[in-house]
Parts: sequence; structure tokens; C-alpha cells
Amino acid sequence: MDSGPTLPLDELYREVVLDHSRRPRGRDPLPRVDASARGFNPVCGDEVEVRVRVEAATVAGVQVTGRGCAICTASGSLLAEVLPGRRLDQTTSTIEAFRGVMHGQAPTGEVELGDLEALSGVARFPVRVKCAMLPWVTLEDALEAWQSGGPLLVASTEREEARP
Amino acid sequence: MPGATLGVGVRGPGSGVRGDAARLDPVAVRARFPILGRRVNGHRLVYLDSAATTQKPEAVLEAIQRMYRYSNANVHRGVHTLAEEATAAYEACRQRVARFLHAPDPRGVVILRNATEALNLVARAWGARLGPGDEVIATAMEHHSNLVPWIMLTRERGVTLRHVPITDGGELDLGAYERMLSPRTRIVAVTAMSNVLGTINPVAEMAAAAHRVGAVVVVDGAQSVPHLPVGFAALGADFLAFSAHKAYGPTGVGFLVGRPELLDRMEPVSGGGEMIREVHLDRATWNDVPHRFEAGTPSIVDAAAFPAALDLLEELGMDAVRRHEEELVAYALERLRSLGFLRLHGPLDPARRGALVSFVDPEIHPHDQAQVLDGLGIAVRAGHHCAQPLMRRLGEVATTRASFGIHTDRDDVDALVDGLLATRRYFGG
Ligand SMILES: Cc1ncc(COP(=O)(O)O)c(C=O)c1O
Repeated sequence: MDSGPTLPLDELYREVVLDHSRRPRGRDPLPRVDASARGFNPVCGDEVEVRVRVEAATVAGVQVTGRGCAICTASGSLLAEVLPGRRLDQTTSTIEAFRGVMHGQAPTGEVELGDLEALSGVARFPVRVKCAMLPWVTLEDALEAWQSGGPLLVASTEREEARP
Repeated sequence: MPGATLGVGVRGPGSGVRGDAARLDPVAVRARFPILGRRVNGHRLVYLDSAATTQKPEAVLEAIQRMYRYSNANVHRGVHTLAEEATAAYEACRQRVARFLHAPDPRGVVILRNATEALNLVARAWGARLGPGDEVIATAMEHHSNLVPWIMLTRERGVTLRHVPITDGGELDLGAYERMLSPRTRIVAVTAMSNVLGTINPVAEMAAAAHRVGAVVVVDGAQSVPHLPVGFAALGADFLAFSAHKAYGPTGVGFLVGRPELLDRMEPVSGGGEMIREVHLDRATWNDVPHRFEAGTPSIVDAAAFPAALDLLEELGMDAVRRHEEELVAYALERLRSLGFLRLHGPLDPARRGALVSFVDPEIHPHDQAQVLDGLGIAVRAGHHCAQPLMRRLGEVATTRASFGIHTDRDDVDALVDGLLATRRYFGG
């Protein structure tokens, strides 16, 4: 058998992504949880739980747990690494910017993406976009429910499908 | 020359005892499938996803072309030549399916869109006779297609749904099944072969027990019909559902094969053209079985092309098909087991399972595994395989499934095994 898997795979599983999938950050419990939600990807059964601590309208800490593929795990780990310290409005724009990258848009530079850019290769694998988005839609739900005082829902990646 | 050399002794369908069946030459068979000549990501395509849908042989592709080029017309409603030809080709499909399944009466073959539609039709039309206190028995290894329609029935008609549990060996717990049966049991719904575990269920035995308490038996044949030499009568079922697209035929065509005397007692669930005899502004009478269940314009061309797939299966002989696939599954199980790191699901005895294997590498999520295999040109399926309750029972979020067909050979299995090792290396395992 020849060499091994050919190219675009390395675009998907960049070194940073593999590293975060092997040793996910943001697994430790938070001292206090303000917003939380559970998310589910019906395509593969993957599940994550996102918990957020908010202080002075700023994300003070994030915990992401669950069972997922390398892309989902790395995405959750990067989320937990990147968001602390960002104000809630910046968090919202980070979610939107990341979603844009997942749908193949070039980053505008307005939002500091940092290591999140390592996931930009996912855009070339449409089936895997949901894997990468799972922690993010779950975070969105957690924050929405918290801000509106509404009930906690189980987020689903299915809604990514209905987006333009 | 189609039909010239398949390396198969000429035998009629179902002839010859097992073990004495003709041998199938997968390399010769492969040449019949144009798509298998393509490359994927720079590698030879190794197609191991036949349980999701099979590839189509040249003869089927030609039949589709021929219909659209020469005989395209709507069926049943025209006197012109094309309409007559299209109708004859469409009805020939019904006859051909009846013959393939050794079903005595083509009136029992309803042409629908897929197995799912067929199962929903029985659930609705036969389910309409059920009410509170009645029980439906399904199994813990059903595809959602043979589960959700029954769940809908519990909501709509207050019917109770029970499930035959499965053993740790991946087989149905028949003792539990026998104890579950009672005069309240009205329907038993069971898959002839699991699309996740590969388990071949003892349907005839289960049907006999169900009939003793007066229940009707609905069999999901989506996986069994294309792979096992079992006719409709031998199955002992009252209804059998399957899809053409998993049997080397086109998408968009599926069948409900039923005992005509039961179909006669069913009301249609979908109204429109074709299914009526006489329509007034406020009332209508139904057409005969099976047309009563075929409202609207069917998938004419695809139905007309399906016999070409059944011709191929019979040319090979279903006994030879089964023998080939059983040997292949034995080889695959042995090779996968020898890797030492996989969790393998389903019965260990190849004689009790069909042509697929489901497994999990504890170090690598099935999605990632399938992705790397795709990079090597190997098509497998990763996920819950539309059997979430079964996944829960297995304690897995998802599995990787490699499924085989008449064109699969040991080289394909070897490629898979090499691919699994390459995947481990890729992720640094
Ligand atoms: C056992 C089983 N039943 C039913 C189905 C549904 O088939 P279809 O989607 O063609 O209706 C499948 C296919 O995935 C299957 O494997």
C-alpha cells in the first residue's frame, strides 16, 4: 500500500488541531457557572456541555466537556482557550467570525481569531463543519438562555444546515 | 459481452444446496460496475458502504438510458405506444420482484419509493386496525425506519410498543420474545438482518410463534433481500419491505411485498391519481391491490431498470452470493480481530451474520477514522446508522461500518485493515 492519506487531510487535521484534540484544554470545572447548555450533533451522536462564568459582562472562564471527534474536541478546546477575557459583545462577534470561517469566508481581521484559524481547513469538508460548530452553537444557546433568563435548551447542529 | 464470463457455473436461482453453491468471482463482477473504475483522492476506490446504498451495474445504467431514450411516458393512462411500453416495463418490475422472491402472486408487490415508505404504509394501513390495549413488538436492533412508524402508532392510537432485547452477543433474546407474545400482540416487526450488527434473525421461527397468537409479521428486508437467498414464503412473513437501491438497483424505488389477502383488507393511506376506481365530487372507490397503494406518478424509469439488477443477482445465484459474502465476512472478522485494538460488534459466527462489520477503535472517533480512510479512497460509514437505541445498548456514540457486496473481495478487506493501521499512525497512535 502506498505512502498514506493524501493531502487535504493535513489541511483538516493541522498540528494545532491534533494537539488540542489529544490534550483538550478547558476541561476543569469552574468555581461558579453562570450559563450552561448541552449540545448534540444528531449526525454522529456527539455531545458537548459548555459552561461559562461571566464577570462584569466578560467571559471569565469556560469549561467544555463531552464526547466528540477530533474536530469537535479541538474546536471546544480552542473555544475554551480563546474566549476568557473577551467581553460578551466580543464573544458574540467571535462566534460569528468563526462561523464565517467555517463557511469558507476569509477572516475580516476585525476579530482576533488566534489559533482558531487552525480550524479554517474544515471549511473544505462540509460534512465536518457541524463537528466544529457543535461547541459554538452550544455556547450560543448557553449565553442566550442566560441573558434572557429563559430555559436551557439542548442545542443541535441541525440548525447550521438551515443557514444561508 | 455482458453475461459471458463471471466465472460462475450456470445454475438457476436458489438451486443447489449451500456449500455446493457455485463460486462467485468478485473480480469479474467488479468489471460490471463502471464506478468501481474511478479513483478517489488518488487511490483506487474501495467501496465498503453497500449497506447504505449499493453501486449500480452497467446493465442498470443502460436500462435507465434506454427507458428515457426510447420508451419514456407516463404509465397506465395512455393508449399511445410509448405509454404502452412504459406501462409494460413498469409492470414487468412487479413480476420480476415477485419471481425473485418466489412470491406466488405479483398482486402482492406494491411499488413504492423505498423500504421506509413501505414500512410506514403497513404501520398506517394495518395499524389502523389497532387500538388501546393492542401491542406491537419490535426489536432493540431496528433501523429507525422500522421503529419510528410504530412509535407514531403508539401516539396516534394508544397502542403499546414492546421491544425484544438483544444479548451481549448481538442476537435477539428469543426467550424474552416468546414470553412477550400474547393474544394482545397484533404486530411483530423485525429486521431480517441488522444494518449495524449484521445479525441474521431467525425470522421464520419468530413468525411461526407470532402467528400462533394471531399477530401479523412485518419484516424489514432492506439488508437481507440483496444478500440472502430467502424467498417471501420461506420467510413466513406477512409483509416484507425493501429498497431497490440497496440491491444494485436505482434510488427512488422500494417495495412492500405482502400477502394479497391482507393487502385487500387495507385502506390506502395516500389518495390521488392511479389508486382510484371511480371518483365523484364527494366520494371515491379504490382501485384493486396493489394499485390502491400507488397514488400518483411512480418512479417509472427506475422501477423499469430494477429487473436488470435482479437479473445480475440471479445470474450469479443467490446461494453463490451468500457463500461469497459469508466467506468475506469470516475473513474480515479474522483480520480485524487480529489487529487487537478494535471493539467488534455483532455475532462472532459468520454463519449468523450478513456482509458487514461494525467496529470502534477506542483511540479514534469513527468520524475521524472514516475521514482518513476516505483519504485513502476507502468508503465506509461512521455514525449511529439510524439505530440510536441500538447504539445506546452497545454503549457507543457511533461506530464505523464496513459493508460488502458482490464486487467486494479480500483485497478490499486488506485495504481496510491497512487503512485502519494508517489511521492509527496518522493520529500518532
Ligand atoms: C435495516 C434497514 N432498514 C431500513 C432502511 C431504510 O431504507 P431506505 O432509506 O431505503 O428506506 C435501511 C437503510 O438504511 C436499513 O439498513
